[in-house]
Amino acid sequence: MIRTGERQRNILEFALSSLHRRRGRNLSLLAMYVLIIFVLASLLFFVSALKREAALVLHDAPDLIVQRMIAGRQELIPVEYGAEIASIRGVAEVRSRLWGYYFDSWNGANYTVIAHNSPTGTEGGAAIGSGVARSRKVKVGEMFPLRTPGTEPLLLEVKTIFPDSSDLRAADLIIISTADFSRLFNFPVGKVTDLAVTVTNVRELPTVAAKIASLHPDSRPILKSEIQRTYQSIFDWRGGMTLLILLSAVLSFIIFAWDRATGLSAEERKEIGILKSIGWETSDVLLLKFWEGCAISLPAFLLGVILAYGHVFFLSAPLFSQALKGWSILYPRFQLVPVVDISQLLVLFFLTVIPYTTATIIPSWRTATIDPDAAMRS
Amino acid sequence: MILRPSTLALLLISLLVTGFSLTAGFHAMGIHDRWDPASGSEEQLELERKTYLISTIMNYVFPLELLSLILLLYTADELHPLFTGAMCAAGTLAVNPYGYPALLVKIVTALLAGVWLIMNHLDSRAFDYPLIRTKYLFLTLMMPLLVVECVLLFSYFSGIKPDIITSCCGSLFSHDSPTLSGDLISLPPVIMQALFFSAMALALLSGILFYRTGRYGQLFSALAAVTFPVSIASIISFIGLYIYELPSHHCPFCLLQKEYHFIGYFLYVPLFIGAVSGISARVISPFSANPSLRRIVPDTRRYLTLVTIICYLLFTLIATVEMIISPLKL
Repeated sequence: MIRTGERQRNILEFALSSLHRRRGRNLSLLAMYVLIIFVLASLLFFVSALKREAALVLHDAPDLIVQRMIAGRQELIPVEYGAEIASIRGVAEVRSRLWGYYFDSWNGANYTVIAHNSPTGTEGGAAIGSGVARSRKVKVGEMFPLRTPGTEPLLLEVKTIFPDSSDLRAADLIIISTADFSRLFNFPVGKVTDLAVTVTNVRELPTVAAKIASLHPDSRPILKSEIQRTYQSIFDWRGGMTLLILLSAVLSFIIFAWDRATGLSAEERKEIGILKSIGWETSDVLLLKFWEGCAISLPAFLLGVILAYGHVFFLSAPLFSQALKGWSILYPRFQLVPVVDISQLLVLFFLTVIPYTTATIIPSWRTATIDPDAAMRS
Repeated sequence: MILRPSTLALLLISLLVTGFSLTAGFHAMGIHDRWDPASGSEEQLELERKTYLISTIMNYVFPLELLSLILLLYTADELHPLFTGAMCAAGTLAVNPYGYPALLVKIVTALLAGVWLIMNHLDSRAFDYPLIRTKYLFLTLMMPLLVVECVLLFSYFSGIKPDIITSCCGSLFSHDSPTLSGDLISLPPVIMQALFFSAMALALLSGILFYRTGRYGQLFSALAAVTFPVSIASIISFIGLYIYELPSHHCPFCLLQKEYHFIGYFLYVPLFIGAVSGISARVISPFSANPSLRRIVPDTRRYLTLVTIICYLLFTLIATVEMIISPLKL
């Protein structure tokens, strides 16, 4: 046992010194390796952090939303639907929701407008997100106008501005009173945008949804879990597509590594020849190649992962954000919460180190089985 | 098709394992047919070089196969929120008819891969490669299984469609969509408890006996092999119930979740290693007839027995502690 350990240690030492002797060559390989791992790790970390944010945002969403569909489009839903749904056994509460989008032609942004009476207090007041405040250049206590379908604009006084920390949910938000909402959009009486349904026992949700669908065939019940799933799938899909594109980069790296490992220099051939003639066995040379691979892969993996961590969680992933986050005039500013789990590292290892090692197996074997006599003569 | 880093990694590994194993298997067939250690011909030298290639490839590829079994379980578990009614990997694997066969074939290939690696290790310790024909025949026989596994895995992942909101038809409830059950058929707990503890006790006793006296080796291996399926059936039948603290939840996969502190991995990994070692101890026993392995085989068998004893003890210990500390009493 001790002898095996000693053999491994000696060969490792030899591997390190031989890497050191050709450091220029190996450093360029290491640099490319780190780059590949960095890019893939950034992608994996970024997508999983976004998925987590989305899950957190959706955590407080209502259990079930009921919309009405006419000719395949979402329509306003009559308030009476709410009363009928409330009478279904198991439904705890049905809330009518009034909300919509307001396009601001002044700066090209879209605001989300919600009617709610509590945070604004009275008519004429508004609670706005920090993104709206920035784009409209307003402070608390100031007034700002919104266009209505009529001739008179709706003048609103800023009562509250939501803090930056709630940017992800509230950057483009305007909350106004129900009366102001009706005036702003000339909203028909007796209709609402959709209904939010709360159910006493979450396990009854599918049954309640099915009952709503049969009660009003023109309605479309959407579960919270469906929305969560859709978000997860969208991020998975975006991440997966980007990953597929990046895999071509991994492939070129593999070809590079393969080429490196196959094209032995005359000096290296001679070295292996000498080693074998002084008594090294094929298995020793294979072991040497294994340790050389480890001595490159391990630092590359650690360095790549650490750099990716900094890139995603400290700098908010400037390289990927445009492709993966989506875009908007009032894009929320947010800092991602660091989460890295073992499975991500395992997947990353499978996608980078394993292909690299694979590419070097056969060349290593070729090197190790060189005939010492022929190698030294060449 | 699900494009997720973990599924892509699994498919990549499966392709690598199959591709490399086929290459190795192809060379292995040549070696199996033409191997002649007495000859000093050019061809024999070339074959000897190729044995290094095959050993290197398989020593690399088969551990990957073992690791990817864990990744498959993890991925199946991770995907469950995408399907209506799926609570864990049990539901995810039932999404299409390829899921469970893929997992089963993977477990079998992983077991065989473990046995092969031990055989290969044994062979490399002798100076004259006495097992070369046997182990290459074994490898060649494993090829179809690896190809089947790869095909099943591809069919499984490409056939997966997550239940998501689509803009045209909307909710899933306009038509009755089936939901996926997370429970498997289980055997009555009391009978299984008796069976599990007696099988485990017998396997451990015969193991200790063999380790100390060198007798009853065959009995031990047979018991170790039987204990593996019995233990998995016990997880489904009663060990799981204590961990979930629910008398009705028979699921071998929920154990892998964070809510149960990933306890499943701590149960399955020792059980698997124990089974591989126990079975290998039996597989290698006839090789002691080889002059160059006469002293190595008994040593290796004792060592493998020790590994099985430790792993099975660990499994039993974890399961028993869970049963004792669980508030559930059956």
